[in-house]
Parts: sequence; C-alpha cells; structure tokens
Amino acid sequence: MIVLDSIHKSYVTGTNSLHVLKGIDLEIGAGEFVSVMGSSGSGKSTLLNILGILDDYDSGSYVLNGKKIKGLNETKAAMLRNEMIGFVFQSFNLISFKNARENVALPLYYQKVSRRKRNVIAMEYLDRMGLKDWADHLPSELSGGQKQRVAIARALISNPKVILADEPTGALDTVTSFEVMDILKEVNDQGITVIIVTHEHDIASMTRKIIRLRDGIIAEVIVNGDLQLYRDRVLAE
Amino acid sequence: MFDIDRWNEIWHALTKNKVRSLLTAFGVFWGIFMLIIMSGASNGLKNGIVEGVAKFATNSAFIWTDRTSEPYKGFTRGRYWLFNSDDLVYLKANVPEMEFLTPKNFGQFGAANNVIRGRLSGSYNVKGDYPDYVKIDPYTIVYGRWINEMDIRDRRKVCVIGEKVYETLFEANEDPLGEYLKISGVYYQVVGVIRPETRVNINGRAEESVFLPFTTMQQTFNMGDQVHFLAFTAKKGVPVSVVEEKVKTILKKRHSISPTDTQALQSVNIEKQFQQISGLFLGIGILTWIVGIGTLMAGVIGVSNIMLVIVRERTKEIGVQRALGARPSTIISQIMLESVVLTTVAGYIGLSLGVGLLELVNKALEMQAKGGDEIFFRHPEVNLNIALASLAVLVIAGLFAGSIPAKRALSIKPIEALREE
Ligand SMILES: Nc1ncnc2c1ncn2[C@@H]1O[C@H](COP(=O)(O)OP(=O)(O)OP(=O)(O)O)[C@@H](O)[C@H]1O
Ligand SMILES: [Mg+2]
Repeated sequence: MIVLDSIHKSYVTGTNSLHVLKGIDLEIGAGEFVSVMGSSGSGKSTLLNILGILDDYDSGSYVLNGKKIKGLNETKAAMLRNEMIGFVFQSFNLISFKNARENVALPLYYQKVSRRKRNVIAMEYLDRMGLKDWADHLPSELSGGQKQRVAIARALISNPKVILADEPTGALDTVTSFEVMDILKEVNDQGITVIIVTHEHDIASMTRKIIRLRDGIIAEVIVNGDLQLYRDRVLAE
Repeated sequence: MFDIDRWNEIWHALTKNKVRSLLTAFGVFWGIFMLIIMSGASNGLKNGIVEGVAKFATNSAFIWTDRTSEPYKGFTRGRYWLFNSDDLVYLKANVPEMEFLTPKNFGQFGAANNVIRGRLSGSYNVKGDYPDYVKIDPYTIVYGRWINEMDIRDRRKVCVIGEKVYETLFEANEDPLGEYLKISGVYYQVVGVIRPETRVNINGRAEESVFLPFTTMQQTFNMGDQVHFLAFTAKKGVPVSVVEEKVKTILKKRHSISPTDTQALQSVNIEKQFQQISGLFLGIGILTWIVGIGTLMAGVIGVSNIMLVIVRERTKEIGVQRALGARPSTIISQIMLESVVLTTVAGYIGLSLGVGLLELVNKALEMQAKGGDEIFFRHPEVNLNIALASLAVLVIAGLFAGSIPAKRALSIKPIEALREE
C-alpha cells in the first residue's frame, strides 16, 4: 500500500536549512494499523504530511497504491487525497458554520455527488458513529469526542484506502480517547489502513505496529502483541 | 453555480462581518449610483437643449444689420442701413447653394396693448413672415393654417397668432378663424393659430407673437421695401458658413459697406452653434465617465481588499477544504463568485436607485413642463445600453476584484493552513 524509500525532507527558512527526515525506509501494507511515535520535533507530522500528499519531499521515493507520488500539481494531489486518503486532525478542523451532516458530506461535494445523495450517505456514516441525533448540530454544540467522531465520519465518507490521523486523541480525555480508538479499530477491521501519530503509549498500544522516530530516522519498529495486556489493564482502572 | 452549498458559503462569508461587507458594498453602490446620476444629469441637460432646438433646421443661419463701423466709398462710419426687397431677388438669383431664403420684419418691440379684440387686448410682438419660414423653424398648426403665397402676393390683411395670444384674446375652444384683430390700428382676419416646436426665439417668443404676411407688413407699417432680417438654409452637402460668406459679401457690395467692416452685418450660424454644443456635451459625457469609472474603481478596490481579508480569516478553512480534496479551481471559483456577487448585488441596487431617482426627477420636470415653464433640463434618463454596459462592467470588476484574493488563497499551501499554532 505504502512504500517509502530513503525519504529526505528539509525545511528551509531564510538561510537556515533544517534536515528533518534523514532517510526514511518504510513499508506499510494494506489493512495495517500503525502508530508513529517519537519525541516532539522528531518529524512525525512531517512524515504524515508527506504520506497525505499535503507536502512534497526532497529525495527518495514514495509509492502509494502503486502510484509514484512526486511533484504532483495541486489538482492531481487534491483528487488523490479525495479518493485515497482520509484525514483526522488533533483539533478536529470541522467547518464551524456547517452542521455535522454538512461537514461529513463535504468530501462528496468535491466529488460532485448530488446534494440529496451525499446527505443520505452522510447520515449513514453519522449513524455508524452513533451521532444520528446530532446531524443538525453545529460543531460548537458538540463535545470534543463527538467532534472527533464527526471528523472520522468525514474522513471515511469518500471510501479512502488510508486514514491518516495526527494525534487524534491529543485533545481528548482518556475515556473519550479510547472511544475514538475503538472506532478507528473498527475502521481498520474493515480493511482500511490506519496510521496515527501519538505521544501516548496506551494509545499506541492499541495499534498493531509502532514506528518510533528519532532524529529523522526510524529508530525501531515494534510489532504489537504483548502490549495488548497493558491496554486491558489501563481500561480496567 | 446553482449549488445551494456554494450560496451557503457565499452567504456565510459575507454575513460573518456584516458591517464590513456593507461598507464595502456601499463603495460599489456609490460608484454606480454616481455614474448613473451623472450620466442621467448630463443627458438631461443635453435633452433639454437638444429637444428645444431639435426640429430647428441645423443648416441655417440668420443675418441682420447694424450701424457701420468703417467709413467707405464716401459714407461716414456710424451709418444706419437696412436690407431691401431687391436684395432678396438678387440673392436668390446669385447664390445657388442657398436652399430657402426668408425675410422677416419686426414691429415696434414691446409696444403696449398693440393687439386688440373687442374689450380684450395684449402686448405682443408683431412679425412679418414668409411661408418658407416654417421650413427653418417649424410650427405646429393648432387652428387654420400658416401664411401662404397668396397672402404674400395679394398683401392680404390676415394674421396667424401664437397659442398664448389665442388663449388671452379668445374663449377656451372658441373658433378663432375668421375673427378680426386690431393690430396697431389696422384690422386683420385670423387665419391660423400656431404653437412653436422649438424653443428658439427670434425677437420674442413665438407663442406670444402675431405673424403677418411679410408684404402686408411692409405696406401697413409703412416700411417701404425695407427688410430687417434674413434667415436662410444651405443646400444639402454645403456648409452654411460658405453660403453665409457669399451672402455677406454680396450684401456689403450692394450697400457700399467696407468688406472689412465686422459690425455692420451681424449673423448667427446655427450649424456652428450646434457643433459647439455637441462638443460641450461630448466633453461633459467623457468627464462623467471618467469620474464615474474612477468612483467605481475605488469601490472595486474596496471589494478586492475585503476579499483578501476574508481569505486570510479563512486560511485554515481553505486548508481543510483542500486536504479534503477541494481542487484549486473549486477554491478560485468560490472566491470569484463571492466577489462577483458582492459587486453585482451592490451595483444592481445602485443602478436601480439611480434610475429610480432619475425617473422621479423626470416626472417632476414633466409636470413643470406641462405647466408651460421653460425648462432646460429634460428626460434625465440613462439608456438601456449604458445600464447593461455598467452591469457587465460590474461583473468584470467583480472578477477582477476577486482575482487577487483568489490567487492569494491558492498560494496558501494546505499544510501551512493546517499547522497548529
Ligand atoms: N514549515 C516548516 N518550516 C520550518 N520548520 C518546520 C516546518 N514544519 C516543521 N518544522 C520543524 O521540523 C521539525 C519537525 O517538525 P514536526 O512537526 O514534524 O515534528 P513532530 O514530530 O510532529 O513534533 P510534535 O510531536 O511536537 O508535533 C521541528 O523542529 C519543526 O520545528
Ligand atoms: Mg506533530
């Protein structure tokens, strides 16, 4: 699904150049559930943005679903994002003047799906998130967890192959975080690749694979199995 | 384009800060409003003057005598002189470029109660005229007829009166034809009533004048073969000034006036006057458009500015939209449409109010005109073409105003827009 081969990325600000990613080699198969960890500034978001075609990289190669991603123009990038990738952000990034249903339906609007049809589909997804009764509410009338569930519904509505989530639980309390993770797990169970960035070990422990970044390279990859016990203990408290 | 979401977006973007949107819209509104009012006003002035003379023969000139200012051929300067009937015959025979030539004589100007009918009387200008005069300055016949060739040949004691004269000396709807008026002591039979079609007045207003056959007037007013005033037109394709020069040269020669004497022969060339007036209106028109477009431009720049602010405020939102798959073209058309809607709605309101105001002014003016007042400001209307053109200008201006903010919106990378502060 995702193949990265010695990806390099530097940020140039004025005369300074900051080398953030220093050769990332990574392979993520279809249906994997992966978390990216690492200290602040280690390049997690940078990596996720490259995966999401929100940002370009300097050298190396990135192949998404058999398609080489490099130097795409904005229209092509937008189309690929629309059909391949669903984004979930730490701060939800819902559009404040649109209600939950309209927010969820937005990606279909860009696919030029008719208004009636996309509203029906949006309601289905909201229902799956247990938010049917909140369809007409504005984001400001929803709790953090509800907002994130709306955002997940929005990410899912265009049937993406990959869900990219940058600290999806960063703004939520523990219980709500676990609810959100449960939903992401369900999503993953349907065969969609899910990649999240997180700081929290118990969140990471709910994924199947942990990629630890340090100083712009992959320090270690932990295939999860034993940590499952850790998760159960946290939930029991 | 007719997607409800899109209008929803526009509505939201523009109502988020109502005061600012309104102020911006006001700039465009004012621009187009001023443009309409100014071009309406200049049209009104033009119509007022042009309508007043529209039916007047533009290829005409008038000529009359004054005291000489140079001694010549034994005559001293300061001599009084007049044309005579022989001049008419001579001019007709020797100036082939001339189309019509009509003489005109005037009675004493401002004579008190010189026109009497029974117990009613009034002070009117008495003029001696030729049948052809109405080919230069047309009159509408209200009753009867205008002076004809037979009147001239037989020196008949008949008269044609202006409408105001009729209204004063006759009952409403009374048939004036065949009635007699006593004018400066002599009786004349009324054969017609006229109303002028232009507002060109020679020796007093036509509706307050009494017209006698030219030859009759020469006789009854003891004028001999004197002629006071000549009006003539040029044949098609000949400038009046050519005819005017020829006529002047001939008359000066026949009356022993120095060729360089500029005072002895006075004239008005209507063609030249028309050209001057047209030039003036062209100038006013151009000025109107320069000022109007300038004001409009200021409004449009305001719209562009506000769109920039809106784009900046919505940076994050635009970033989210692009992450979700909004194409650059979607974003551009969104912002362009917002800008066009703002300018067009504001402009349309300005257009409607401007046209409405002109309509009101027009109504008021027409009422005044019906009351018989002299108004030199009429039909201050804006024609449909100008209105449509300004709407087109508005849409284009809106696109123009939207293009800079749209470019700005595109230059925002989704990743930068999404970065957490
Ligand atoms: N647009 C940019 N221009 C310049 N430097 C940048 C830019 N984006 C990120 N950086 C720098 O690159 C480095 C990696 O940033 P990144 O956001 O990927 O870190 P992160 O691992 O996501 O950190 P955190 O856990 O705090 O979110 C940081 O030092 C950051 O300051
Ligand atoms: Mg980060």
